[in-house]
Amino acid sequence: MTDVTGSIDTLTPVLTQDWDAERSWTLETYTARGGYQALDKALGMAPDDIVAAVKDSGLRGRGGAGFPTGMKWSFIPQDNPKPKYLVVNADESEPGTCKDTPLMMASPHLLVEGVIISSFAIRANHAFIYVRGEILHVIRRVQAAVAEAYAAGHLGKNIHGSGYDLDVVVHAGAGAYICGEETALLEGLEGRRGQPRLRPPFPAVAGLYACPTVINNVESIASVPSIVANGAGWFASMGTEKSKGYGIFSLSGHVTTPGQYEAPLGITLRELLDLAGGVRHGHELKFWTPGGSSTPLLTAEHLDIPLDFEGVAGAGSMLGTRALQVFDQTTCVVRAVLRWTEFYKHESCGKCTPCREGTWWLVQTLGALERGQGNEADLDLLLDQCDNILGRSFCALADGATSPIVSSLQYFRDEYVAHLTHGGCPFDASASTAWAGALTGASTS
Amino acid sequence: MTLSTETRAELLEIAARYPEKRSGLLPMLHLVQSAEGRITPEGIETCAEILEISPADVSGVATFYTMYKRKPVGDYHVGVCTNTLCAVMGGDEIFARLKDHLDVGNDETSEKRPGDQAQVTLEHLECNAACDYAPVVMVNWEFMDNQTPQSAVQLVDDLRAGVEVHSTRGPRLCTWREAERVLAGFNDGLADEGPAAGPASLVGLGIARERGWTAPEGERSPRAVDAAPAVPSEPADAPRAAAETDDGVAEAAAVEQDSPTSKTAADKKEAD
Repeated sequence: MTDVTGSIDTLTPVLTQDWDAERSWTLETYTARGGYQALDKALGMAPDDIVAAVKDSGLRGRGGAGFPTGMKWSFIPQDNPKPKYLVVNADESEPGTCKDTPLMMASPHLLVEGVIISSFAIRANHAFIYVRGEILHVIRRVQAAVAEAYAAGHLGKNIHGSGYDLDVVVHAGAGAYICGEETALLEGLEGRRGQPRLRPPFPAVAGLYACPTVINNVESIASVPSIVANGAGWFASMGTEKSKGYGIFSLSGHVTTPGQYEAPLGITLRELLDLAGGVRHGHELKFWTPGGSSTPLLTAEHLDIPLDFEGVAGAGSMLGTRALQVFDQTTCVVRAVLRWTEFYKHESCGKCTPCREGTWWLVQTLGALERGQGNEADLDLLLDQCDNILGRSFCALADGATSPIVSSLQYFRDEYVAHLTHGGCPFDASASTAWAGALTGASTS
Repeated sequence: MTLSTETRAELLEIAARYPEKRSGLLPMLHLVQSAEGRITPEGIETCAEILEISPADVSGVATFYTMYKRKPVGDYHVGVCTNTLCAVMGGDEIFARLKDHLDVGNDETSEKRPGDQAQVTLEHLECNAACDYAPVVMVNWEFMDNQTPQSAVQLVDDLRAGVEVHSTRGPRLCTWREAERVLAGFNDGLADEGPAAGPASLVGLGIARERGWTAPEGERSPRAVDAAPAVPSEPADAPRAAAETDDGVAEAAAVEQDSPTSKTAADKKEAD
């Protein structure tokens, strides 16, 4: 924890700051609230100084992996004569993750300004925003923001008289979770099936069209204008020692007030739940994901771990995308895990055998257990299957598929066994629904 | 049947947006769906011809992505999220109720009854990035937040009857084919419809406003410098900025000294 700055407020709206403004998505509102001033400052800086500022800020990728953003930018070989590209990963699809979508809907210009500054820093003259196709209104807002930015001279030739040129294309995906993986995303952007590439070479060396390419998450790029405007030190004054800055925490599921909470990294689920009115009335926390379904499940014993990269890793999971899916005691963990496993099976791109075949086998084994078929040895079979899948594919999709299984067996083995002794699921699924919660709340309060 | 000259011209226009034309394939296939109501053999041939790749290459792409449909889709594509969180929150019940009510299975289109103005196609979806509004239904990829079995039945009945329906966070619902045209990159002028954010998106911000919580002031905070009251929804902003400026400068200076530490941390990460 950094104590340099004394007290930092519990919530620190930066990215979410304008979301309640009238017509927040328009250039007019964004400009009236200080928008595009960071761009002017950036265009007056040497590109390398912007890279250094982002490095010094400690910003780490907000798309889940947490790789230092400035470091990623510095890997672009500037002596390479090929064009450089910036690609924004707006393919938000990790189950539970719902932060980039409201950001682009409410503040698309914040993303566009970040794109321009980041492209300038890495000396790219072409940038792409790859938005998943299933969020139509978000795509409209981003398209409109890019058009407004062109009309205002923030994009196109000789931006703000600086001599710098940038073109931005908004690219709609077509339904594929795997395209959130950066090299699969590049394949999609090149008009191909979204199947991950073998690395190395990394995209920084050979990315889009085999040219040096930086791929960053929406929230990472949207954080750049504030870092340029306020300084690396300002950003680093929030958060913890190795996990600097603010981030959007998305609470969903069995909480009284689900939604988006922007806070310094290192806040705990206990603090967030306190702000969100706690687990829904009359219920208690059973399990939760810290950063989407690919991050191992945690339980009530982890309420006080700091939600930063190190804290969550220390508890055996990953910070991921800060997608905090909260489930209360009415939820059958076997049902939850089976559904996620079916998702991974459906979304496996088919390129690597351990993933393509392995996720299929996981569904067979888990499905039987959920129906109360099989015996306790199948629990070990399940773990054995996970062991044969983890770390054996090009990308992390299959690794993610093993996370909920292994962690749920670690914390809730008895519940799997209960399905066998009960001859099926012992839970009443209707007790978990949003309307069941509302009824319970009404009748007992 | 071949594609119209106009559609062909628009396909060429999409391909020309990119440094390498094959990059246009995903939006081009969205346009084919808009024009043809599905991915047709003619659409595949035309894309292949424009991009100078084989029809098999185009088919390979069209069959990889789930938004591309090889059989006709109704006027409204109704998607029910049944990934874990929405399923648990009631998505499974909603999907079951709609299958029963429409008498269709997954990825099937309702019969057009006498008096119906439109047909709906029902499909279950994976996570659609709106978990704080669970359970979520999407109509033509517009958000219909916080649904119940009853509201979902009403929704599909309204759609079939031709009643005007609005997204909970967007405009009046357009048809599936109109939506596909937007995905192909052709603006429909509806970006200004709907709110900036739904209620769940604003809960954290609301608490921060209520309690006076903010990010620290920086070296140069746009809001502190300008405090432009052009947008009247935030009256507390200017005084807050003024009150905190002094602290902000000291804070920034103090932290600036600390930055080598963060750099070291980042460097270490690279070594990992």
